[in-house]
Amino acid sequence: MNVLLDHFPEFRDGFIGTVEITAISSVIALVLGIVVAGFRVSPVPPLRFFGTAWVTLLRNTPLTLLFLIFFFVVPEILFPGMSPFLLGSLALGFYTSSFVCEAVRSGIGTVPLGQAEAARSLGLTFSQTLRLIVLPQATRTVLPPLSSIFIALTKNSAIAGAFSVTELFGWQTLMSEQGYAIAPIFLWVAVAYLVVTFAISGLFRVLERNMEVAR
Amino acid sequence: MKLRKTAAVAVAVLALTATACGGKEGSAGDKPATKPGDAAAPQLPTYTVASGVDLDSPTFKKAKERGKLIIGSKADQPYLGFEDQATKKRSGFDVEIAKMIAAELGFSEDKIEWKTVDSKLRETAISTGQVDYYVGTYTINDKRKEQVGFAGPYYLAGADLLVRKDETGITGPESVKGKKVCSITGSTPLQEIKKPEYGAQTIELGKYSDCVQQLLTKQVDAVTTDDAILKGYAAANSGKLKVTGKPFTKEPYGIGMNKDDKALRGKVSDILDKFEKDGTYKKIYEATLGLSGSAYTEPPALERY
Repeated sequence: MNVLLDHFPEFRDGFIGTVEITAISSVIALVLGIVVAGFRVSPVPPLRFFGTAWVTLLRNTPLTLLFLIFFFVVPEILFPGMSPFLLGSLALGFYTSSFVCEAVRSGIGTVPLGQAEAARSLGLTFSQTLRLIVLPQATRTVLPPLSSIFIALTKNSAIAGAFSVTELFGWQTLMSEQGYAIAPIFLWVAVAYLVVTFAISGLFRVLERNMEVAR
Repeated sequence: MKLRKTAAVAVAVLALTATACGGKEGSAGDKPATKPGDAAAPQLPTYTVASGVDLDSPTFKKAKERGKLIIGSKADQPYLGFEDQATKKRSGFDVEIAKMIAAELGFSEDKIEWKTVDSKLRETAISTGQVDYYVGTYTINDKRKEQVGFAGPYYLAGADLLVRKDETGITGPESVKGKKVCSITGSTPLQEIKKPEYGAQTIELGKYSDCVQQLLTKQVDAVTTDDAILKGYAAANSGKLKVTGKPFTKEPYGIGMNKDDKALRGKVSDILDKFEKDGTYKKIYEATLGLSGSAYTEPPALERY
């Protein structure tokens, strides 16, 4: 208990940091993931190729390596002077986007082909078909895997702590450094992560309830 | 055409950074150029193994029965506590201090089992008896005294700054305003240098060697942590880096051991005392951290409790 009370401001900063990087990377991952999923099911070969390459590359690169590239290599070539927080969010967002893409793509696969064909025969364009007919129906199937992906993202954000981003991992190292017993430190860090991940799974439960699609 | 040029430049830069990361040139994980014990370097002392040592200490008795002494140490601090990944040989100032104590307790070098212990697990490893004692940049403080016993201090370190050899702008903590300073995530000196009176911009990474790499490639202006660790890196990258020599915190290093083992604590303090007086301690320093170009300082007074 002491460790938390003695260093609550640092703990709060770490917690806020974890929430912030999780939120921003989630948005990046969601937007990119949906766009790339659209690419992968599109009738345009170059786009399909791009989507496949994107997923293959990002999904198979260890996250730490991706952070290294974003932190040490990207600023050298483009945008020098970008904040570590932004670089970290991008690394985490890009990485997770590949998982989101695959989840969305499998969701699209669950929508009966007849739906898309019917939409096309009504004269809807590809993007209209996706936006108005397929994605709304795919969403419900996608929610449970997405919730797991975002919970994983929260925990993955700990890696950003080793790349100049203030978050819970940094608080843990700071406290260990000062000689507090290790068990309570980890206990509080775990509790903080639980708060975030429970919030995420709660949010998804609400979404699932509200998005019931009649089938 | 212009686009193609940019792409070519980008590729070239990429290739450069890639080689810089994997290159030999002064990467902090490299083997030091003059290893302690080279003919060019000041020679390390040899330790005579004491015989017939008897001590009323549970830790010591257990080690005697085992026929082996288990010493906790660091493995990634050149010239301080370093393990050569190829030969598995350990070297450095802390390692020598540990060997010196072991010899005096009656254990020769081949009777020592080294255990690398991560910083955050030190208290746990000591209090659960996984190591008999621990030597590795271990600052004595009251918080830790609740969990472990300390013999020493055997070295007075302090947070300092490591800069490039040609650096003239940074001479000490008072001149880092707005400069980029790197250290390990959550380290104490970093919290210190962030404070408004110093006002440094901080970069926090996972390993000191990453920070040193960043310093060599001019992405940061200084690295901060205990001067002992910095001296080791300065020695390992001889001629490229220097320590400013203006410590801004006090970090007395002690030898961590079981909290209730008073007999061992007293004995280790006696050993430190003896070797500090007879010059062995100084020899160890000269052959390890002294290679960084930082002058020898007298060890702090021992605290017995």
